[in-house]
Amino acid sequence: MTKPKVFEKPTGVKDYLPHAVTKLRRIERSVLECMRLWGYEQIMTPTIEYYDTVGAASATSDRKLFKLLNQRGTTIVLRPDMTTPIARVVGSLLKDEPFPIRLSYHGNVFRAFEEEGGREAEFYQTGVELVGDSSPEADAEVIALAIASLKAAGVPSFKIAMGHVGFLNGLFEETLPGLTSEQEALKACLLQRDHVGYRDFIRKLSLDANWQRELEGILRLRGGEEVCAQALELSANAGAQAAIKHLCAVWDVLAAYGIQEHVLIDLTMIGDFSYYTGMTFEGYASHLGFPVCSGGRYDNLLAQFGRPAHATGFALKTTRILEVVEEVADERDRVLVVYDPSQRRSALADADRRRALGQAVVTEVFSSDNAQELAAARLSALTGSFTYRGTLYHALAEIGTDKGELA
Amino acid sequence: MTDNGVLKVAMPKGRIYKQASKLFRQAGLPIPEDFDDSRRLIIPVPEANMEFIMAKPVDVPTYVEYGVADIGIVGKDVLMEENKDVYELLDLGIAKCRMSVIGLPDWKPAIHPRVATKYPSVASQYFREQGQQVEVIKLNGSIELAPLIGLADRIVDMVETGQTLKENGLVEMETLFQVTSRLIANRVSYRLKNIAIQELCDRLGVAISARV
Repeated sequence: MTKPKVFEKPTGVKDYLPHAVTKLRRIERSVLECMRLWGYEQIMTPTIEYYDTVGAASATSDRKLFKLLNQRGTTIVLRPDMTTPIARVVGSLLKDEPFPIRLSYHGNVFRAFEEEGGREAEFYQTGVELVGDSSPEADAEVIALAIASLKAAGVPSFKIAMGHVGFLNGLFEETLPGLTSEQEALKACLLQRDHVGYRDFIRKLSLDANWQRELEGILRLRGGEEVCAQALELSANAGAQAAIKHLCAVWDVLAAYGIQEHVLIDLTMIGDFSYYTGMTFEGYASHLGFPVCSGGRYDNLLAQFGRPAHATGFALKTTRILEVVEEVADERDRVLVVYDPSQRRSALADADRRRALGQAVVTEVFSSDNAQELAAARLSALTGSFTYRGTLYHALAEIGTDKGELA
Repeated sequence: MTDNGVLKVAMPKGRIYKQASKLFRQAGLPIPEDFDDSRRLIIPVPEANMEFIMAKPVDVPTYVEYGVADIGIVGKDVLMEENKDVYELLDLGIAKCRMSVIGLPDWKPAIHPRVATKYPSVASQYFREQGQQVEVIKLNGSIELAPLIGLADRIVDMVETGQTLKENGLVEMETLFQVTSRLIANRVSYRLKNIAIQELCDRLGVAISARV
């Protein structure tokens, strides 16, 4: 690679300029406040972790982990998600804390550079983890909170798709008993969203016609509550039945929350099988080609940190949400205080008083250098806001300046 | 991705387009014939509540992945090469051909094997799986030239009838996979425009089985 130009930065990382940061902070504040109101307490963890602990336990594939070496040659990762560090904390610092534990977070996470631009190497996530509760109510709570958070963030319209890894595990075990590699191949097709490959593979298995129809039929298992009823008919496998009953129970709780209109069931929607163990979900906003949130139940993770526990949670892709949320009117109250050097003390005291009232104040010494610009500013300040040296202000205060001289 | 429910379809210009648009018409979707030769890039079809985006074939998966098109039609060759995160919903069974390894009839393993191709990612993966370490050279067209003038000892390319190969004295050595055109969908559109996409899939499915 050629030497980078001075303005360049590594592929996949971004600068956020003031207007974007204002928006990002507003989203972050409203979402974290929403989570606080649901009883979740915010936690912060380090940006770097050991590859052998958090790196190995994370759902992010090894290839996508951002790895570094420390001075002793130990491999370090930039955290690929917040869930795994939180599992580490729950298994160590909070190991005597009784369950359930409700934690929220907002932080930057990292991915190794992709060859191609457009995929981010660093992005922000805001989310929660509910540890130590296996009930359908817990799963419904995180979905309901995801919906409340999307609303708090200001996402105009969205849908949540919900599935359950147990259903496919059960159905495949019933139709392809003991054929682990075939089951894996089918799951891999679904994970890659390759429906053509999935159907081709089933046809090659020369199954009983009924089974074949059913396995192909699951590609259409999408919709509302009725999907659960259809799925119950489909498989007699105990695991599949238990999965669907759990999903029905989650649906009932969502109905009680009054938010089922935002949710649809899709039994082919599967997250990473090695990570998720139960209900999984993803959120989609119109006008955005990528999911805005994802989550689910991961009952095996905590055991890797010495404290086996049920857990469920979700993460909002906060930096993506930035693109769909409306710009809110800039309501900042910004004041320019201009003073004569002889009045410095009282001008700075005045600025302090204004800041205490919540105004953003910039102070400027009056001199012959800026007399003309200030004269122009004073003129437009008469009718409202004005621009001085490229910045917008809402009010002008003058202390000890000779207004005659300014004009 | 738009809220007014118009389905945006990324269509590949060129070879696949004629067959794909014919299939759409057989499925009862009113795409007028004269679009085939149109130079317009965006073609609204309000009768079907659709909008066709005319794209270079290799770019179709990119438009769909980013959601600027809800669905698209693209060859399996491009899907394999580009490796984008999209739903592959339907095998349209059109534009049939195969991806093959091709060489001169008297090919012998070279000391420094070189493979020329328009599909570097597909070729690298294939030879790696075969346990062969080869140097992959990316070319943009007339791949058949490479073994003839000694740039590479083999090529990986699409073969439809085999006529070009025959005329240049080349032979097909192995087939990597069969290629047909596929209907693909964006991850978000697949959920938010589920009904429209499923209906289109069903209609195309009927048209496809009627052909066979």
